[in-house]
Amino acid sequence: MSIDWTRYDARGFYDEMIASPGQPRALAQDMVKHLQELSSEEIRARQQAAEAAIVKMGITFTVYSEGGNIDRAWPFDIIPRIIAAKEWANTAAGLRQRVQALNLFIGDLYGEQRIVRDGVFPAELLANSSNFRRECIGIRPRHGVWAHICGSDLVRDDQGTFYVLEDNLRVPSGVSYMLENRVLTKQVFGELFTDYSIQPLADYPNHLFDMLASIAPSLDMFPEIVVMTPGIYNSAYFEHSFLAQQMGVELVEGSDLVVGEDDCVYMSTIDGLQRVDVIYRRIDDLFLDPEVFNKDSTLGVPGLMRAWRKGNVGLANAPGAGVADDKVVYAFVPKIIKYYLDEDPIIPNVPTYVCLDKGERDYVLNNLDKLVVKPANESGGYGMLIGPTAGKRELEEFARLIKADPRNYIAQPMLKLSTVPTMCGDRIEPRHVDLRPFVLHGEKMYVTPGGLTRVALRKGSTVVNSSQGGGSKDTWIINPEAA
Amino acid sequence: MLSRVAERIYWIARYIERAENSARLVNAYTHQMLDLPSGVEPGWRQLVDIIGDAPAFDEHYLSYDEHNTVSFLVADDFSPSSILTSVSMARENMRTTRELLPTEAWHHCNELYLQVRNHAHEGIPRRGRHAFLKDVIFRCQQLTGLLAGTMSHDTAYDLMRLGRNLERADMTTRIIDSAIFILMPRQREPGQYDNLLWINVLKSSSGDQMYRQHVRSRVEGAAVVKFLLQDRYFPRSVARAVAEVEFSIHHLPRNEAPLLCILELRERVLMATVDDMSLEDMHSHIDKLQLAFNLVHNEIFRTWFQRHHPAPPTRTTGMAHA
Repeated sequence: MSIDWTRYDARGFYDEMIASPGQPRALAQDMVKHLQELSSEEIRARQQAAEAAIVKMGITFTVYSEGGNIDRAWPFDIIPRIIAAKEWANTAAGLRQRVQALNLFIGDLYGEQRIVRDGVFPAELLANSSNFRRECIGIRPRHGVWAHICGSDLVRDDQGTFYVLEDNLRVPSGVSYMLENRVLTKQVFGELFTDYSIQPLADYPNHLFDMLASIAPSLDMFPEIVVMTPGIYNSAYFEHSFLAQQMGVELVEGSDLVVGEDDCVYMSTIDGLQRVDVIYRRIDDLFLDPEVFNKDSTLGVPGLMRAWRKGNVGLANAPGAGVADDKVVYAFVPKIIKYYLDEDPIIPNVPTYVCLDKGERDYVLNNLDKLVVKPANESGGYGMLIGPTAGKRELEEFARLIKADPRNYIAQPMLKLSTVPTMCGDRIEPRHVDLRPFVLHGEKMYVTPGGLTRVALRKGSTVVNSSQGGGSKDTWIINPEAA
Repeated sequence: MLSRVAERIYWIARYIERAENSARLVNAYTHQMLDLPSGVEPGWRQLVDIIGDAPAFDEHYLSYDEHNTVSFLVADDFSPSSILTSVSMARENMRTTRELLPTEAWHHCNELYLQVRNHAHEGIPRRGRHAFLKDVIFRCQQLTGLLAGTMSHDTAYDLMRLGRNLERADMTTRIIDSAIFILMPRQREPGQYDNLLWINVLKSSSGDQMYRQHVRSRVEGAAVVKFLLQDRYFPRSVARAVAEVEFSIHHLPRNEAPLLCILELRERVLMATVDDMSLEDMHSHIDKLQLAFNLVHNEIFRTWFQRHHPAPPTRTTGMAHA
C-alpha cells in the first residue's frame, strides 16, 4: 500500500508540502509523486536504513540527567523539507542584514554606546544584562566582527511567512547534523536528487575555515586554527570533533593551550610549543580564562583574554558577543537594524512583549494562558512556559517568576508553526518544524543554503529540541530551473 | 600532534600490552602452582608482589588466598593493573582518539572490553581460568596485529610501539621474577621441579619453541633468563623490546634525552653477565631494570607529553605503574 495523500490533513496549519488534502504545492509535486510510487514497506525500509547508518557512523548527541550522560543516536526523518531558491534568497538577505546589524550593535556597546545615548536601547537593559562583559570594553576585533558564527532560529506561521524566533550568537550548535543529514539523504533517497536541482551544503567546512583564517592576527598564509572543546562529556562533543576533522585542524582542550610571556597562545605538541592564531572556541565566555572570568574554570586558558585583547589571537565568537543573544535584546532587533543600517528588517520578528516594561508586563500577566513565556538567557527549550497547554499551578508559578525578575522574561503569542510531512511509525503525518540556518561573518559573509530543520516528533508538539524529543530533517533549497 | 593526544595513544598500547601480560602472568603462575606438589608451593601473595600493588590489595582484602589474588589481577576494578582496569583504560583512551585510529580497532577494543567486563568473574575459579586468560591474550594479540596491519606507521604508530614495548619489557621481567620468587627460598634443596618451572615461564611468554630453536640446549634457569632478557630476536625478550623502543624514539622529534636514556638501558640489558648471577643477584638486576624502565617513561613524558600547566588528573589518563 502506498501513501494516501488525500488523508493527509494539516488541520489549519500551514503545511509546506501539501496545500490541502491530496493537493501538493507546485514545488513539492515531484517529491509527492515519487513518494506515492513507493510502498509503505519500501519507505519504512529506507527509514531503517537511515537509522542503521546513523548508528554505524556514530552520529550521536549527549543527553544530560538520565542517570549519567548517554550518547544517543541522532533522530532523523528521511523525508526532506523543500524551500524555493527565490524565497530563500530573500531570507538569506534578511539573515545577512540581521547579523551585520547585530555585529554593529555589539561593537557599539563595547565602544561609544551611541545607541544607548541616542535613547534607542534602554541603558537599564544593558546594566542588567548577564552577557555584557565589561572586560571587552574598548576592544575592536578584526573586521569589527564579534559574532562570527550565528545560528538564528526561523519559523513559519499559518500564512507561511518566515519569522526570526531567536538569535544564537554564543556557541550555536547543530551544523554538523545539518551536514550529516544531507549525507544520509543521499545514501537512502538518492533517486530523489534526480528530480531536483538542490543547492549543495558540503563546502561549509571550507567556508568556516576561510572565515576563521580571515580573523588571524597576521596575514599568514597558513594560520594555525584550532577548535576548542570543553571535552568528551560535553553534549556537542560529536560536533566539535566532526568540525575539527572536516577542517583538518586540531581539536584542543584548555589544558593543551598556554599563554606565553609574549602574550601569545601556544599549544603543547610533541614538537614543542606551537603558536595558535585562531581559536574556534566551543566553550562559554565565563570558562574561557580563569584569570578574568570564573576562577575555578579548569576548561579555559589563563591569560587568553590578555592575548586576545592584544590582538595576538583571534577568538570566534568573540567574548562578549552573547550580549546580543538575549531574548530581551531580541525584541529590539528591528530597531537595531533601523538604527545602524537605516533599513527595514527583511525578516520580521515574532511580536514580543518585554516584561521589564510595565504596560507590556501587565498585558503578559493578564494573558498568560495565551502566550509563550521565555527566560532571557536559557537555551535548549528549558525554563519555558507554553500558556495554552499549561496547568493552573504552572501559570501561577510563572506569574510569580515574572513579578520577581521582570528583566529576565519575554512573552510571545502562540505561533501556529508550519508543518511538513514526517514519518510517524507506518504513516506520514504533519509535524511542526523550525529552521536553524548558519551565518558566517569574517572578512566576508556566508549563509548556509537552508540549515538544520528540527521537527517536533510528538503529535501537536512544537518543542523541536533534540534533548526534548525533537528530530531533524534534511533541508533542500531548490533551484527554479528544475522545480 | 598534540601532547595530550600523543599521551593517550601511548597509553592505549601500554594498557593493551599490560592486559595481555597480566593474563600471561596469572596463567604461568597458576601452572607453576599446579605442578608443584602440595607442601612446597609458595603462597599466592607473590603474585601481588610481582605486580607491585600490595597496598591496593591490602585496602580491600584480608587474606592472600588464591581467589583474592587472582581476582585482584583479573577482575577487580579497584586494582590498578587488573585485566579489567587495563582494558577499560585502553578503551577510554581510544574512545577519545578515535578519529586518529582505524575504526575496526575501536570496534575491536570495545569488544575486548565488553568481553572482559562480562566474563572476568569466570576467570577466577580454576575451572574457567585458563580459557578466559587464553581468550584475553588472543584478543589483545588480534588488536595489536590489527593496528600493525591497518594503521600508517607514522608518528601515532611510533607512539604505540613505544608504549607497547616498554610495557612488554617491564612485564617480561616480572614474569621472570615470578620464577625467581618461587625458587629463592628453596635454593639449598634444588629439586626436580625447577626445570619444570622454567618451562612454564617460557610457555607463558609463548617462548618455549623459540627457545629450543635458538638456544638449542636443555631448559635450565640461567639460559632461560638469558634468553628472556638478552635474546635479540625473540619479540617478548627484554633486549628485543628495548630495541623496538629505541627504534621508535629515533623517529620522534626532539628525541635527544629519551634516546640517551634508552641507550643506557640497552647497555645495562645486554652487558649483564646473567650466567654468573645467583638468584638474589638476578632479582636485584631485574629490580634495577624496572627502575630504569620508569626512568625511560619519565623522560618520554617530560619530552613529549608534558603540558605547560598540567590539567588535574582525569579518568582517561591513568598511570598505574608510572
